[in-house]
Amino acid sequence: MSSADFSVLMPQIVLTIFAMGGLLFAVYTGKDRVAPLLLWVTSALFVAIAFWIGTGGAGDGAAFGGLFVADAFARFASVMILLSAAAVLLMSESYMARRDLLRFEYPLLVTLCVVGMTVMVSAGDLMTLYMGLELQSLSLYVIAALRRDSAKSTEAGLKYFVLGALSSGLLLYGASLTYGYSGTTLFSGIIRAIGDGDPSLGLLFGLVFIASGLAFKVSAAPFHMWTPDVYEGAPTPVTAFFATAPKVAAIGLLARILHDAFGGVTGDWQQVVAALSVASMFLGAVAAIGQRDIKRLMAYSSINHIGFALMGLAAGTAFGVQAMLVYMAIYVVMNIGTFAFILAMEQDGKPVTSIESLSLFSRTDMTRALAMLVLMFSMAGVPPFVGFFGKYYVLSAAIDAGLGWLAVLGVIASVIAAYYYLRIVYLMFFGPEGQSLETTRSPVLWGMLVASALIMVVGVVNLFGIEGPAAMAAQTLVE
Amino acid sequence: MTPPDFAFYLFAILVVAAGLFTVIARNPVHSVLWLILAFLSSAGLFVLMGAEFVAMLLVIVYVGAVAVLFLFVVMMLDVDFSALKAEMAKYMPVALLIGVVILMQFGIIFGVWQASDVAEQNVAAATARFGGASNTQAIGQLLYDDYLLLFQLAGLILLVAMIGAIVLTLRHRSDVKRQDIVAQIMRDPAKSMELREVKSGQGLQ
Repeated sequence: MSSADFSVLMPQIVLTIFAMGGLLFAVYTGKDRVAPLLLWVTSALFVAIAFWIGTGGAGDGAAFGGLFVADAFARFASVMILLSAAAVLLMSESYMARRDLLRFEYPLLVTLCVVGMTVMVSAGDLMTLYMGLELQSLSLYVIAALRRDSAKSTEAGLKYFVLGALSSGLLLYGASLTYGYSGTTLFSGIIRAIGDGDPSLGLLFGLVFIASGLAFKVSAAPFHMWTPDVYEGAPTPVTAFFATAPKVAAIGLLARILHDAFGGVTGDWQQVVAALSVASMFLGAVAAIGQRDIKRLMAYSSINHIGFALMGLAAGTAFGVQAMLVYMAIYVVMNIGTFAFILAMEQDGKPVTSIESLSLFSRTDMTRALAMLVLMFSMAGVPPFVGFFGKYYVLSAAIDAGLGWLAVLGVIASVIAAYYYLRIVYLMFFGPEGQSLETTRSPVLWGMLVASALIMVVGVVNLFGIEGPAAMAAQTLVE
Repeated sequence: MTPPDFAFYLFAILVVAAGLFTVIARNPVHSVLWLILAFLSSAGLFVLMGAEFVAMLLVIVYVGAVAVLFLFVVMMLDVDFSALKAEMAKYMPVALLIGVVILMQFGIIFGVWQASDVAEQNVAAATARFGGASNTQAIGQLLYDDYLLLFQLAGLILLVAMIGAIVLTLRHRSDVKRQDIVAQIMRDPAKSMELREVKSGQGLQ
């Protein structure tokens, strides 16, 4: 342990000190009155730290004897996590303030959650993995139940907590079996202990348990049961947060442990990840058709998207990881835009989330309707938009890895899923007459929605150059 | 049978029996007491393994704090345990089936358990530099030196738990009388008391 170790960890230390300082500051001054200020400062800090990490200013390499690894992969994922968390925080301000939910603890809990997530994607040891995961999950349980007077929000928090505890149990069981096999919890030690030999049955059990535990966190089918209820029950800004940063962190963690610790037995986990991917793609596509609530719809949509991201991971190659990272980046941007729209949905000054209320929305506000059209087409993977390139990336990664059948199933699932995305567009432009939808006058929400739609259009030129960093990140992970 | 063997079997049987009674005891308070016996017996097992520090932790933390907390919860909360038990009986067959399947699966794993060739080396390497140190010292070295990062992260998790408990439960009620210490100290006795002459046979107006 030396100062070099701490300098690698500097972004996390800064965030933690900020969270603790912010807590004291708010308690001794205006309490909830300073919440908007704290929220803006937190967002600004996230962006600044994302810039710091992205430009390589923060430390590099393994710290604390390999417990914590800051490499290109961790940097890429951390930047994604920080930027999406900053965007979601900014979007939540007006919604939460008007519903008396804006408590000063909210931005600080998100900060601690972000610390947990950046630790997750930088984990180099089973114990660091678990600590990061719990720090993230515990903060998420609390903010899911933030609207404590609502039975639905409380139910969401409790349900998420119980199932999250179960998944942590599975993960720990897997970790203990893996430790029993290899005699060490360091990823570098595990991969050496496995070597090229045939893995024993005990190790495979450990691997499957760890993968199942993490599948809970990314809400991949058949471990998705909590997702729709939690998405529906949690306050909408919190749902937006759930759909973005934690997904990136959990799938980043899955990629890291599969490649860093189990890289020697790719064939054994490939089938597990492929099965998760197929189940998620189809469940996300089919179960979403009957939904009447747009938040539940987004839950199934996220399950479907995670299926595609897992397809990239299932390829087991550097290109597959790159495809997964690019897919997740596109997914996060699309989700931020869509939730910026959902957060602004209102009727008679009350938030609404039913899909029917979108009927003929284009007559009320053409700009938003067009932006939403772009986002929905992009989510469905219709060619001129960026979403198509994300799907194209993972499909070609799967085909390159000889998983042609997986790619074919993916295309079928995306065609089914296109139905409900297009149905939203249909309702907005040609739906039946009904009570018209109003929107909140919030420049932040409007800006996020339009910016995300523009990214989906302009990004086709070169995907804003994220392919290069993603390729580099994938390279350091797979070696 | 040597005395350590005897002690091992005694503690092992006690742990299993106490565990069983924890589950089947009708009275929840008795369950908690059985649980305490299970903790104490496993502490005995740890001592036999030479892990005296973990044994003490078990007694102090689990018996001293956790089990007592359980007792409080069981006694304070008005939970109808018989209703819960009836509910549980409904799912018992399925639960038993799943339990048996999992048990058989673990039987398979441990039946053919085979550690990596380097596992022994790895385990030995982790503690090699603590050659003569007692295990309390070794745990201290690992926890506060090698695993400092994890220790601090665990602290952060507890901080989140604390913030969470406050966020989700603290309500500032306005209809409660609160103690205002400054007001109490600054009170002027001359103004807070009034002496009146009361004539006999007449009350105060």
